[in-house]
Amino acid sequence: MNQHTDLAAQAATDLSHREFLVFSLGDEEYAIDILKVQEIRGYENVTRIANAPAFIKGVTNLRGVIVPIVDLRIKFRLERVEYGGQTVVIVVNVGTRVVGIVVDAVSDVMTLAPEQIKPAPEFGVTLSSDYLSGLGSLEDRMLVLVDIDKLLTSDEMALVEHAGDSA
Amino acid sequence: MDITDFYDTFFEEAEELLADMERHLLELDPAAPDTEQLNAIFRAAHSIKGGAGTFGFEILQRTTHLFENLLDHTRRGELRLRPDIVDTFLETKDMLNDQLDAYRNEQAPDQEAYERICQTLKTLALEEIGQALDGGAEPAAPAAAAAADPAPAPAATAPPADSPADQAATSEAPAQDDGTALVVALIGVADKDRELLVEELAQLGEVLERRGDAQRHEVVLSTSVSAEDIEAVMCFIAEADQVEIRPCQSVAGTAPVTGTDSAPESAGDSAGDSAEKAPDAPAPAAEPAPAAPGSDAGSAAAATAAVTTAAAAATTADAGSPPPRQQRKASTKPVKEASSIRVSVDKVDQIINLVGELIITQSMLDQTVSELDAAADPRLLNGMSLLQRNARDLQEAVMSVRMVPMDYVFSRYPRLVRDLASKLDKDVELTTEGESTELDKSLTERIIDPLTHLVRNSLDHGIESPEARLAAGKPATGRLTLSAQHQGGNILIEVIDDGAGLDRERILAKARESGLNVSDAMSDDEVWQLIFAPGFSTAAQVSDVSGRGVGMDVVKRNIQAMGGHVEILSRQGQGTTTRIVLPLTLAILDGMSIRVGEETFILPLSAVLESLQPSRDNLYAMAGDDQVLQVRDEYLPVVAVHSALDVANARTEITETIAVIVQGEGRRYALLVDDLIGQQQVVVKNLETNYRRVPGVSAATILGDGSVALILDIADLHRLDREKKQRRHHDTRGAHLLPESQPLTEDLSA
Repeated sequence: MNQHTDLAAQAATDLSHREFLVFSLGDEEYAIDILKVQEIRGYENVTRIANAPAFIKGVTNLRGVIVPIVDLRIKFRLERVEYGGQTVVIVVNVGTRVVGIVVDAVSDVMTLAPEQIKPAPEFGVTLSSDYLSGLGSLEDRMLVLVDIDKLLTSDEMALVEHAGDSA
Repeated sequence: MDITDFYDTFFEEAEELLADMERHLLELDPAAPDTEQLNAIFRAAHSIKGGAGTFGFEILQRTTHLFENLLDHTRRGELRLRPDIVDTFLETKDMLNDQLDAYRNEQAPDQEAYERICQTLKTLALEEIGQALDGGAEPAAPAAAAAADPAPAPAATAPPADSPADQAATSEAPAQDDGTALVVALIGVADKDRELLVEELAQLGEVLERRGDAQRHEVVLSTSVSAEDIEAVMCFIAEADQVEIRPCQSVAGTAPVTGTDSAPESAGDSAGDSAEKAPDAPAPAAEPAPAAPGSDAGSAAAATAAVTTAAAAATTADAGSPPPRQQRKASTKPVKEASSIRVSVDKVDQIINLVGELIITQSMLDQTVSELDAAADPRLLNGMSLLQRNARDLQEAVMSVRMVPMDYVFSRYPRLVRDLASKLDKDVELTTEGESTELDKSLTERIIDPLTHLVRNSLDHGIESPEARLAAGKPATGRLTLSAQHQGGNILIEVIDDGAGLDRERILAKARESGLNVSDAMSDDEVWQLIFAPGFSTAAQVSDVSGRGVGMDVVKRNIQAMGGHVEILSRQGQGTTTRIVLPLTLAILDGMSIRVGEETFILPLSAVLESLQPSRDNLYAMAGDDQVLQVRDEYLPVVAVHSALDVANARTEITETIAVIVQGEGRRYALLVDDLIGQQQVVVKNLETNYRRVPGVSAATILGDGSVALILDIADLHRLDREKKQRRHHDTRGAHLLPESQPLTEDLSA
């Protein structure tokens, strides 16, 4: 019983310390765990990869490392996909891998308390709730908290080769 | 200071020693064993025993101890070697490997296996030496032979174990029961280290006295640990020549004898060797001294009491003095070792990556400078060309660090062949050629599995039984040859057997059975390629060793993943040659950069045969959208890069393009590109590190301007193009075209 409350308290502290990087895709605001973020850079010099899904823009050279670039706007079927000065790439670490994700803009870093994180409802087809760690409410804003690990290693992202999946 | 810090060093060293031991055992001719080799094997066992004792790996230590005793008898000619004894020795060596692995994984070694091997060794000693020595002058040997179970014995006689090294004293324990006083002299050891050393010593026994100055500090130690083990502990902090161990005056009676004994031995050696000898020479002096009475005066008592450890001690006493002598004889080896260092592959890879970056930066600078007016600053231009040369030299030097001789791979096959041949009742002689051919370390590691598979196949299915061979008019002993040689930028590795060869009819029949599309008109080459089909195995050939075909697809895939390919040459009744062609290194590639539309790609130069401007006259259309290009007397299929890789804005009029004749996996075709840009060395970057395999592409590289260019996979590109054409063909009736995406992702990317 005692142990139970301890665990709960510990979990609460851990959660209350969670920081998120908030970015926008169109008019929607998304957030990912800041600890996954390696760096933020501009969108440039991407080499196209033939026969890849449209949301995989290609690969780029990140100080000698070849990094795939995924456009989440295409993946999430946003209507307007433009590449301009504001367009940024968030370089994230997923396991041992490094992946860049294209977003419209990065706004800020937010700290969310556990009570601000609501469970994600069952979603539609485009973004399965499997890839969400919840919804963050911040006064009148709603942040979609993306579990970037799960999303980027999922089969449908086709970023990682899975067993029996040889092209 | 924690002794566990040195575990890894010990494990690595022990592993090398065991590998050495195996090599020597395999080279050993049982009929006329080479003394040097026997000594080397003995030394390896001895060193492992010492280390195991120091670190408290009791089982390992006891096993090596038994083994060492047997080896000692062997090298003194008391145990006559036979092939089956060598087998037992090899088995013991394997067991030691297992035990080592267990300790490394912090597990207890397999007790049952340990007991079994001990029993085997003891039985061997009893049968072989017991008889041989009956009338001999060695009183201790029968006792050793009579040994029922030496393992528990030391537990009874040894003093309470308060340090790991105590347990090391299986042999010394009974004789040194009361503790021996040793003088440990520390010569020129820094103050800090000296205190550490004395602290260590205090754990091994009781420090009776400390004397001397900072330059030569002597510690009198009462301990049951052998001088050798003490030295093993000390040498982690102090250099070997900084420590000197000798028995204290109280046991001086024996000390001078051994002292003079070892003196002349060392006299012959060069002065430079003294570092090596200093610790060795006193070691035997300490060891045999207390043990000698056990075997000499008390031999009768020892024998009647069947105190096994006394016998063991006696053999060690005998064994004790020769090893240093041998070590000195082989002193060239340690000296050689001192000139190399062990570096983790990660570090080397990091250096290679950084040098790659440097090359890229250099070519980036070069590009900028080449746009400047040449007369503007000649010093800058001179500096640039110097930088270029230095960077290239540096790259070459760094790459050579990763190159290891093929011997590293080949050396593991004598054992495999020997074991398999005896299991299959076949006579096989293995020869290796070109062991010194160098190959990238990462490739040697990856080639081992496929090569092992091929060797197994050759033994199991290639080489026939001696009877069958004689019946076929061939010598009873089959020949298996492993060879390696350089050919241009490639290495050619061949597995050649003079066995039965592949059976064309059977392969064809089996292929038909499994629904593959084959015809009798197929060329031999094409038929042989069939055995690489997944799951292909001619049932009649399957055995527990291998089934030709099972896993051959894996062999092929592994080799392709390394950027190489496999060819088979086979003549029925005469044998099979499997040839693996691999690039020398995966890190650097001679490439030809080409342009298609606005995109730049790299072709591996090794795959490029020639390039030409196709003309209408030489182009022939084939059914559908297929085209062939006539080049001299050959008709080559045409693959356009822009259609295979969906490049926009490429030239579509064939006569405006350039046809590069390429060859991949034995297939030639004409690759259509817009322009040739030039040849350059590129640093190969793996796409799979952060992404995945891309069809038609083998890797990526970074160009001078910092952008990424894809390196095309010639063989795969042809396949991709064919698949696409087929798909397009199927889809012509459908409403939409599916030109892009792989089967798995197409529905999601749409």
